[in-house]
Amino acid sequence: MTDRAASIASLASRWLAPLLLAAAAASSAAPAAALKAGVFEPPRQAPDFVLRGSDGSELTLARFRGKVVLLSFGFTQCAAVCPTTLATLAQARRALGPSADAVQVVFVTVDPERDSSGQMKAYLTAFDPTFIGATGRPEALAAVRKSYGVVAEKVPMGGSYAVDHTSSIFLIDRQGRLRAMMPYGRDARDFVHDVNLLLAK
Amino acid sequence: MRDGGIRAKRRAFAIAAAALLVLVLGTLAWAATAPIRPASRDEVFEIPPGTWARRMAGDPVEILPDTIRLTLGINDVLLLKNLDDVPQVFGPALIMPGQSFRLPFEVASTYSFACSAHAKGAMSVIVDPEPAKGWPTLRWRARQWLQQLSA
Repeated sequence: MTDRAASIASLASRWLAPLLLAAAAASSAAPAAALKAGVFEPPRQAPDFVLRGSDGSELTLARFRGKVVLLSFGFTQCAAVCPTTLATLAQARRALGPSADAVQVVFVTVDPERDSSGQMKAYLTAFDPTFIGATGRPEALAAVRKSYGVVAEKVPMGGSYAVDHTSSIFLIDRQGRLRAMMPYGRDARDFVHDVNLLLAK
Repeated sequence: MRDGGIRAKRRAFAIAAAALLVLVLGTLAWAATAPIRPASRDEVFEIPPGTWARRMAGDPVEILPDTIRLTLGINDVLLLKNLDDVPQVFGPALIMPGQSFRLPFEVASTYSFACSAHAKGAMSVIVDPEPAKGWPTLRWRARQWLQQLSA
């Protein structure tokens, strides 16, 4: 190596090394991939409940510890919001492939008068046979809604009624912590993205 | 001699005017094309300590407007913080004391949320698309400057 080449190499190493170190530090300090859903920080333990499952069993969140739970509220006679949400969640489960086994969708009714366990099972199976519905006494369901900040209000409609309700979906991690809330209308890809992140932790 | 002085003054004035014009045009070109890089994209709303006590005392404290307007790429993250000592429904979420709720938006649209904290029982978040280069970016910057001047 000539003197000139040696001095160029020395200069390069003197200037490049700190640059490369700075770049490495910047990449390691880059924020972790963020969820697409709204994130609760710090997360709290997801409020548990004891309801009647559409599979005929007693339904608690603790039963699904180790899985990511996607918790939504609705009713089987909902005209638009609930079918859209459930179709999106079913699409997300299909897109997740083998990881879908680590995901449980729980659909809590806001209309216990009309949503029996059997009715919910038939309704949910049409979207995805693994989906589980939850019903119970009106007071028990109201307490569950309150613990998640969910609202539901009967609205007269002709000779019958509909129920205006919170349409967001709650994301609960494998440790049973309420990590995030996905607003209504988001794409199945957003759920796939977030579920994969939650499963990776 | 006097004519030479006047001519020199005119030339100096013409040069100054040309420099000013270049400066103004350059600034406008920059303002219309340079990407908008905010220090933070968070649009923050906080429930201050003591809010619940004030509400209980009959003070109708309003923190969140009925409609929140965000812009993609600029302020497209809604960050809600509960600094009070009781859980509160704040916008779309029930937030525990000391907890925050951080909701990013990636698609321009109008989002409606049920919100029991509002008299109407609902609130909206309108997310506008990121201003395109050129006139929309220039207009956005001009609006920001005017807002800062009037603040």
